[in-house]
Amino acid sequence: MSSASATAVPEPAPTGGGVINPHAVGTSLFNQVRVLVRRSVRGALSSPAGYMPGIVMPLLLLTINASGLSKTVDIPGFPADRFLDFAIVITFMQAALFATSSAGLGLVRDIESGFLDRLALTPMRAGALVVAQISGAIFIALGASVLYIIIGFATQVDFHSGPLGILALLGMSAWTAFSFATIGAWIALRSGASESLQGIFPLLFASLFLSTINMPRELIQADWFRFITGINPVSYMVDGMRSLIITGWDGRVLAEAIAVLVVVSGIGTLGCARALRLRMAKA
Amino acid sequence: MNHHLIPAARAIAWRHLYKWISVPANFMPTFIFPLIFFTGFAGALGRVGDVAGFDYPANYTSWIFVFSLLQTCLFGGLATGFTIAGDFQNGFARRLMLAVEDRRAILLGYILSTFARAALMSGIVTGAAALVGLEVLGSPGEIVAMYLFALTMSIVGTLWAAGVMFRARDPQLGPAMQIPMFIAIFLAPVYVPLDLLTGWLHAVARFNPVTYVMQTDRSLLAGRPEDVGVAVLAVVGLFVVLTAWALTGVRSAERSGG
Repeated sequence: MSSASATAVPEPAPTGGGVINPHAVGTSLFNQVRVLVRRSVRGALSSPAGYMPGIVMPLLLLTINASGLSKTVDIPGFPADRFLDFAIVITFMQAALFATSSAGLGLVRDIESGFLDRLALTPMRAGALVVAQISGAIFIALGASVLYIIIGFATQVDFHSGPLGILALLGMSAWTAFSFATIGAWIALRSGASESLQGIFPLLFASLFLSTINMPRELIQADWFRFITGINPVSYMVDGMRSLIITGWDGRVLAEAIAVLVVVSGIGTLGCARALRLRMAKA
Repeated sequence: MNHHLIPAARAIAWRHLYKWISVPANFMPTFIFPLIFFTGFAGALGRVGDVAGFDYPANYTSWIFVFSLLQTCLFGGLATGFTIAGDFQNGFARRLMLAVEDRRAILLGYILSTFARAALMSGIVTGAAALVGLEVLGSPGEIVAMYLFALTMSIVGTLWAAGVMFRARDPQLGPAMQIPMFIAIFLAPVYVPLDLLTGWLHAVARFNPVTYVMQTDRSLLAGRPEDVGVAVLAVVGLFVVLTAWALTGVRSAERSGG
């Protein structure tokens, strides 16, 4: 064993992950990602103030909207018997949206603390850190989604697509979280500053509220808003996930949602890879 | 009253306003979030105005506009709460405590700046609402009264947020400030009239002071003022309770040495 490999590389791990010795875990990409995912998840979970609002606020909004808008089901053509069944998708979408900040802020912390630069001096690949931060964000979003499904069962939400549909819902939820996480990571790698991420969050929030999250497109009265929901990719993600809850297996809606997810996650991944290459070239 | 109170409050208010306008990261969220909520609700939920028993004289855009106006004013206090916490974190609040003889001036300064900011933001929300079909049926006097009621919510929001952040002095505890305020405004008749709310939400909304301010503001916009006295009582009650909350928060910060 060389003296270099015998020496643990002390990493401050500002997110609470402890010391990582890249030599001790082997250099396969899988091992690197595994260690860094653990660090990312531990870091995120060590700060409940960071993730609890992302779990609690959607539930609050759901509870209030389900009661406040309960009369909406009387509108002719409304696609669900209870507003709660229609609206529960907001929790999955907000959990996915939250992945933008979990992945992005985790990376920004690693950039600001110099962790990413120091990683370049080790056998670890910088890409592993990015993958790990994104995976950590997906893990948290998925955990929240499981919680929302349990709450759905507890409140008698009728998942029309059955057990397989619930698995598909979790899959779409994870994929949506992945799409948003890549965007968060992309911005983090490009800017290296948390202010940029905070700046993008209102836009992502807007994309959710300017979608079909509150009303199906056919029942939107305002032409200008119907147009916005039509060009907003988030509408298709929402409709896809929601169809699994209130409709069952709707091939067209699901295909549209998957197509949008492919495009958004593809753009996010490419942007992320390019931003990482540029950042490591500068390091 | 201490004769330094007003000049000190004015200076603090000016600094706060300057920081808000000069730092886009501070300015943008206060500007964007109310517009997102308004656009999202007014655009999507127009058909809710068609449900049986929904008898508001103006259109649904006007109905939601009043909610957005109150939210803009109330949530303006949240941004101020984060400023207070930031001031404690970077040490400015400690220097402020040393420099200001009467610490009530600090609270008053934040209230003044949030009020001015809420007035500007209300204008922006009104402009956006006008673009998408806001119906104004009230007389000029009724509209002025509507804005005055709304702006009192900026004071309520600031008093609440200041009370939390003078105690917590840490922006990480922001949710402790945000969630109750979020609950207070959403546990009012946001989407439909109080009579159309059912179950637990109806029961809670009846005892929520924000409900009465919201109802009266809507009635003023529609030109049919209702329960103005009840709304005034609700505002006065909130002022009394939250002023005590905020001032004891200032005392708590003083005891901790800023």
